[in-house]
Amino acid sequence: MLEINNLKATIGTTEILRGLSLSVKAGEVHAIMGPNGSGKSTLAQVIAGHADYEVTDGTVTYKGSNLLELEPEERAREGIFLSFQYPVEIAGVNNAYLLKASMNAKRKHQGLEEIDAFEFLKLAKEKMALLGMDPKFLNRGVNEGFSGGEKKRNEILQMAMLEPSLAILDETDSGLDIDALRAVAEGVNSLRTPERAIILVTHYQRLLDYIEPDFVHVLSEGRIVRSGDKSLALQLEEKGYDWVREAATG
Amino acid sequence: MSTDPDNIDSIVNRRYEHGFVTDIATDTMPPGLDENVVRAISARKKEPEFLLEWRLRAYRQWREMQEPDWAHVHYPPIDFEAISYYAAPKSDDERPKSLEEVDPKLLETYDKLGIPLHERARLAGVAVDAVFDSVSVATTFKERLSEAGVIFCPFSEAVTNHPELVQKYLGSVVPQRDNFYAALNSAVFSEGSFVYIPKGVRCPMELSTYFRINAANTGQFERTLIIADEGSHVSYLEGCTAPMRDENQLHAAVVELVALKDAEIKYSTVQNWYPGDENGVGGIYNFVTKRGDCRGANSKISWTQVETGSAITWKYPSCLLRGDNSVGEFYSVAVANNYQQADTGTKMIHIGRNTSSTIVSKGISAGNAQNAYRGLVRVMPQADGARNHTQCDSLLIGKNCGAHTFPYMEIKNPGARVEHEATTSKISADQLFYCRQRGISEEDAVNMIVNGFCKEVFKELPMEFAVEAQALLNVSLEGAVG
Ligand SMILES: Nc1ncnc2c1ncn2[C@@H]1O[C@H](COP(=O)(O)OP(=O)(O)OP(=O)(O)O)[C@@H](O)[C@H]1O
Ligand SMILES: [Mg+2]
Repeated sequence: MLEINNLKATIGTTEILRGLSLSVKAGEVHAIMGPNGSGKSTLAQVIAGHADYEVTDGTVTYKGSNLLELEPEERAREGIFLSFQYPVEIAGVNNAYLLKASMNAKRKHQGLEEIDAFEFLKLAKEKMALLGMDPKFLNRGVNEGFSGGEKKRNEILQMAMLEPSLAILDETDSGLDIDALRAVAEGVNSLRTPERAIILVTHYQRLLDYIEPDFVHVLSEGRIVRSGDKSLALQLEEKGYDWVREAATG
Repeated sequence: MSTDPDNIDSIVNRRYEHGFVTDIATDTMPPGLDENVVRAISARKKEPEFLLEWRLRAYRQWREMQEPDWAHVHYPPIDFEAISYYAAPKSDDERPKSLEEVDPKLLETYDKLGIPLHERARLAGVAVDAVFDSVSVATTFKERLSEAGVIFCPFSEAVTNHPELVQKYLGSVVPQRDNFYAALNSAVFSEGSFVYIPKGVRCPMELSTYFRINAANTGQFERTLIIADEGSHVSYLEGCTAPMRDENQLHAAVVELVALKDAEIKYSTVQNWYPGDENGVGGIYNFVTKRGDCRGANSKISWTQVETGSAITWKYPSCLLRGDNSVGEFYSVAVANNYQQADTGTKMIHIGRNTSSTIVSKGISAGNAQNAYRGLVRVMPQADGARNHTQCDSLLIGKNCGAHTFPYMEIKNPGARVEHEATTSKISADQLFYCRQRGISEEDAVNMIVNGFCKEVFKELPMEFAVEAQALLNVSLEGAVG
């Protein structure tokens, strides 16, 4: 699904990703952990195609083709979804409107008809019920005045509606209360099918209690310094990142 | 990957390629303005003596006046001696014979804007009667209106058929010497519209479709007079979303509205003049005086406007709230792009008791444009119980544009309640990236944000006009992307 090879990316003059490689296959869930500032969000943004980051070296292949050639919206329509660490507010734009426009952009790309308004509403309300979201959030401005946790739930609502092939969740668990965490985890787990892949960026084991990853990677200073199975996360929880860093350099 | 602010600029730098150039009129007076020109205009239109006198008074006052320079706009001095003040309507021979002869780009724009087929020909300047039978449509409208007793006709026709109404109301809202451009208009206006709604009549249709089918080229110095008699109601739609190009750079129109007791006038404008090229060359200077007089108790005048054109717009639709309990409203969206300069706003003058006014102004600036809102709320000492609410929002697209707000308040009654709220926001690169990550193109994202921003004003427009206005905004901000 996603093959990243020796990826280097800079912002301004600072190199942030410094030769990162990662292979994600359909059906897999990968957790990416690592200290603050190690480049986790940068990786997510580069995959999504943010223009602030310049890719200086390496390759990224998605579903067999060169991902770096695609515009961000094309990547999205091809099934890449990023749940942002800091979702932006778009005042005045109706949340339901954005969601519907988003679904229709994707459907159009797939050669499908626009979604019927009634069907859309029914589906949205269904998903919102699962996420414990009040339907009135549909009629508010996109993330406008949402609490931190509400923003994260809204990201997951979008993900649930868009049914991406590759979902990247950048610290979606931070800011969520316990019920929301469980609801979000259920949302993610229901997307867990043999055709899809999920990348979870997180700092905490508790998310991984609900969503069991197939692989755990530790990112440090722009590189993956250690990979393992879910037990790696438990070790990290216990020993902290210094242990990995020392192991990597020593 | 191009979500940087410079690119946001380029999105809104859509080249204006849809304008059309009008043919050169044959029957044109030599440039320059003196009393003889005023007399000649009046004579050609076979006007009664009172109107000639009225024009001459205006002319003499104009001579004494100075061009205002206080607006937040800059332009080279206008040479009023270089303007020709009368041009007869063009003959059919000079126009395109059919839509096939019209620039396909223009037709494409009409298509995007959803302009009905039968209107496209007229808008494109095609000799209408040669192409299709719009006359019968117009006749149907005309019959319905006259059954209701509504008078709706070109200004010159009103002068001939209803001189008493013209004499009574012309200049009663915007006096000749009101301002420099109004005085000029009063001296030389050549055409315009006249509306009279009799007592207790609710005008059976929006005065738009008819207008849009029938209006001759409006010309430089347009004059509109609308009178709503007691208890009557009318909704009038002016302008058109289709891009209009004109060789006359200076446009100085005057619009006067009179609402008598219990009457209501809703005046909606969607204007899309040629704004000039990227450098602002060749655009229209639009200096308009629009004023409504709520003359009777419980009357209401509501201005709604969506402006995207003109190199320079200078325009303050205003309300004189004279009748007790009268209501004035102003809803405006003004878009300024490239080197456009817009200086718009409103004046609400509270004179009667318990008068109330609402102002909602949405300014969008993009490119190198400057957008200024200038609003005056004046509450006279006798206006007990006056209330005003002003909401003034600016949206900036890109980093080289500006928004300026100049609220003026003159409150001479201590009991008045006056509220003013203002916000400025920007379309950020992060917002655009967020939308793109959701599969929505940059252009659609800009449109979505802009339409969201304008929603409060759009909902005041009559339905079909609102749809067109939204399409217009999208076209106005359509990017050079792709
Ligand atoms: N515009 C910028 N200019 C310079 N440095 C930047 C810029 N944006 C990000 N960085 C730096 O890039 C590094 C990686 O940031 P990134 O957001 O990817 O970290 P992260 O691993 O997601 O951290 P966290 O766990 O705190 O979310 C940080 O050191 C950050 O300061
Ligand atoms: Mg991060």
